[in-house]
Amino acid sequence: MRSITPTAAAGNSPTREATRQRRHSLFVALERGGLLLVLAALGVIFTVREPAFLNVANLFSILQAVSIVALLGIGVTITLAAGGFDLSVGSVAASAQMAASYVLVVWHGNGWEAVLACLALGVVAGLFNGLLITRLHVPDQLATLGTLFLLAGLQLIPTGGRSLATGTVLPDGTEANGTFPDAFLALGRARLFDVVPVPVLVLLVLTVLVSFVMGSTRWGRVVYAIGGNETAARLAGAPTARYRLAAYVASATIASLGGLLIAARVGRGDVSAGHSLLLDAVAAALVGYAVWGAKRPNVPGTVIGAVFVGVLLNGLTMLNAPYYLQDFIKGALLVVALAFTFSIGRRAEGRN
Amino acid sequence: MSAPILTAHSITKRFGATLALSRLNFSIRAGEVVALMGANGAGKSTFVKILSGVYARDEGMLTLGERAYAPDSPQAAKHLGVATVHQSIADAVVPALSVADNLLLDELCGGGAQWWTPRASRHLRAAALAARVGLEVDPGAPLGSLSLAGQQRVVIARALASRPRLLILDEPTASLSTSEAARLHALVDGLREEGVAVLLVSHRLGDLRRLASRVAVLRDGRIVAEHDAPVDFDAALEAMIGRPLPQVRALPRTSRIGAEPALLLRGLRLTAHGDAFDLDVQQGEIVAIVGPVGAGKSRLAQVIFGALRAAAGEMRLYGGAWAPRSPTDAIRAGVFLAGEDRWRTSLFPDTVAFASIAATISFPFLARWQRGVGLPRDREAAQARDAIETFGIRCSGPDDRVARLSGGNQQKVLLARWHAEPARLLLLDEPFQGVDAGARADIAAALRQRADSRATLVFVSDLEEAHEVADRIVMFDRGAIEHDDVEEPFSLANS
Repeated sequence: MRSITPTAAAGNSPTREATRQRRHSLFVALERGGLLLVLAALGVIFTVREPAFLNVANLFSILQAVSIVALLGIGVTITLAAGGFDLSVGSVAASAQMAASYVLVVWHGNGWEAVLACLALGVVAGLFNGLLITRLHVPDQLATLGTLFLLAGLQLIPTGGRSLATGTVLPDGTEANGTFPDAFLALGRARLFDVVPVPVLVLLVLTVLVSFVMGSTRWGRVVYAIGGNETAARLAGAPTARYRLAAYVASATIASLGGLLIAARVGRGDVSAGHSLLLDAVAAALVGYAVWGAKRPNVPGTVIGAVFVGVLLNGLTMLNAPYYLQDFIKGALLVVALAFTFSIGRRAEGRN
Repeated sequence: MSAPILTAHSITKRFGATLALSRLNFSIRAGEVVALMGANGAGKSTFVKILSGVYARDEGMLTLGERAYAPDSPQAAKHLGVATVHQSIADAVVPALSVADNLLLDELCGGGAQWWTPRASRHLRAAALAARVGLEVDPGAPLGSLSLAGQQRVVIARALASRPRLLILDEPTASLSTSEAARLHALVDGLREEGVAVLLVSHRLGDLRRLASRVAVLRDGRIVAEHDAPVDFDAALEAMIGRPLPQVRALPRTSRIGAEPALLLRGLRLTAHGDAFDLDVQQGEIVAIVGPVGAGKSRLAQVIFGALRAAAGEMRLYGGAWAPRSPTDAIRAGVFLAGEDRWRTSLFPDTVAFASIAATISFPFLARWQRGVGLPRDREAAQARDAIETFGIRCSGPDDRVARLSGGNQQKVLLARWHAEPARLLLLDEPFQGVDAGARADIAAALRQRADSRATLVFVSDLEEAHEVADRIVMFDRGAIEHDDVEEPFSLANS
């Protein structure tokens, strides 16, 4: 074997080599901090144009607005990490909030029963997804797409397609006269120390918890291993089917928790509650790929992605941008973030 | 004698610092069947890929007929008259399309295709192609309904559609049964009559004996010997290895006659129609299961490891019944498998955050090493440092990304993983794949050093590799053991 000295590289002047190195480290820095930098820049621009942007109250209202989407995004992130894709989170959240409302308004249940019904629905939906995928071998996206439709339709049946509040007339002609107890409504409306809304608190706790599990425990490592190479994980002794099932149960349960918080905030069962949730949650998870150059599904990135979208929409609304621009802006952000993740990341790697 | 159809003159090809082909000279005439022999890493596949237009040569000269030959793509090569049938049939066919459409696939996908061809005319033209290879099936049937041998015939027929002057067959009988292989041999005979030159890459001595009018032996990127038929295969094998056949390690001193074998297989059938076979492996012994690609070696390994089920038969491990339901069971019981094709079966891609040396080694044993909730990072790092030293892994530390290591070092990481905890039975499927000679010697030495406390089964397709590492060699083909201890000069002491 002969070793071959790259004569072209040797011919390069030291300054050119240094420039190349500098450019490379610039790429790495850009790749890592790019999105956070843009987020900070947005904050500065919005504050300059509209000083009220930086109010504590406004910042928490942004966080409150994104908390549900971020929660659902965490669920999507777990399934993405396991090499799957849960498309049913929006429907699970929507039907969970309908279930909670039904328990409260029609069955006159108490707050605890509503919470339990919500979470039980999440667990069952997750098991349903997981079993379709691991037992019947339906591809992930198709199975969860099926569940999306199934639940979106199912939640309409008990109320005959109507939203559910105290006084709603049910299909059988009776009037639902239960009420939302204050303790339940507090889940969506109360603020800790009159500052931090409960949903934001829930998001914070779940972010820390799931980040820890995914990043620093054996379970998280196995989930990422399955997403990277399922055969390798299985042949190294990991019960991969069980882990994938668990990922879908976790995702749907977190989504149902999101639905619970929606019900508590709006105080009724809203048939149109889940409409934009799925796409926003998926967008948050995918924007999260670009945070700190992760290039992979990661929980902190997803939450930052959701916050990013929230900041952008809040600031633009403050600057009187029309409401109908929102979807376009979200789409543009998602495309830019994905292009950023996959192209710049790859080029920087190629330069090593 | 006729003039050569294809001549390769002083072909050189480098990959980074590795010299894959070094001033290789080769020629083949019309109607000649030349077998290309060489150990793993000798440069066979590089040479085939240059001829078939996948790679460009770095230096040297290729001539096809009277003209210089420099295809820039497999399509160009085919157009110029060099067609290749690769080992993997699955990559070359569309199972859901009909046999006829698969036969005409190149034409349908090519630029000159009509936007619509009537079904009858497609079937007519497909039938002409099928007749050439003796394929008698309904052209309208989906290709997926054919046997593997039938699908291969379709691929060969397609290769012949362009009227090639040189046909390259890469391991053509690897997944065929004996009778199917015989039909393929007849087909090659027919091509020889027609004056097509055939370059045959095969590990099966049976193919070579039956077909080759000449054998060219490739070693270290050049042709080191050529033998005309009738070929002296022992000489060819020695030329392939580059030295007399290696000495064999003496069996472990401690006699274990009378003790229960570490692994005992009785009447094992891998598939419902496979032959039943027996096998005993003693503790301390390294047994090589040698057979061509597609012989079912990996299947056997996976059955013992619990990743697949046998169709019938009994397994015992150190006297106890052995029926693992999953790899998890096997690993818990100290039966470890390092799978073939490491990037498919064992390693995690670089996109996975933890794909470092340390975490790759620790992955199967995380539950075992874990104390508390978090990851056993200290144990992991310590184990990795230990492995780097004992296996001579060239890297800068336990946190190095596995993807950045050389193939040999990646393989050592994998080997280190399955030595991180004591094994009772270690299964190694193609442990020398994509590993250079130096690393191979390291790996073999490491295996032998630790062999006494366990039983070791090595599954390889290369006899030379088997000799380098094993105490005993068992020939394996078509899902069953052909014969224990092959004839001279390969025969070895019985256990």
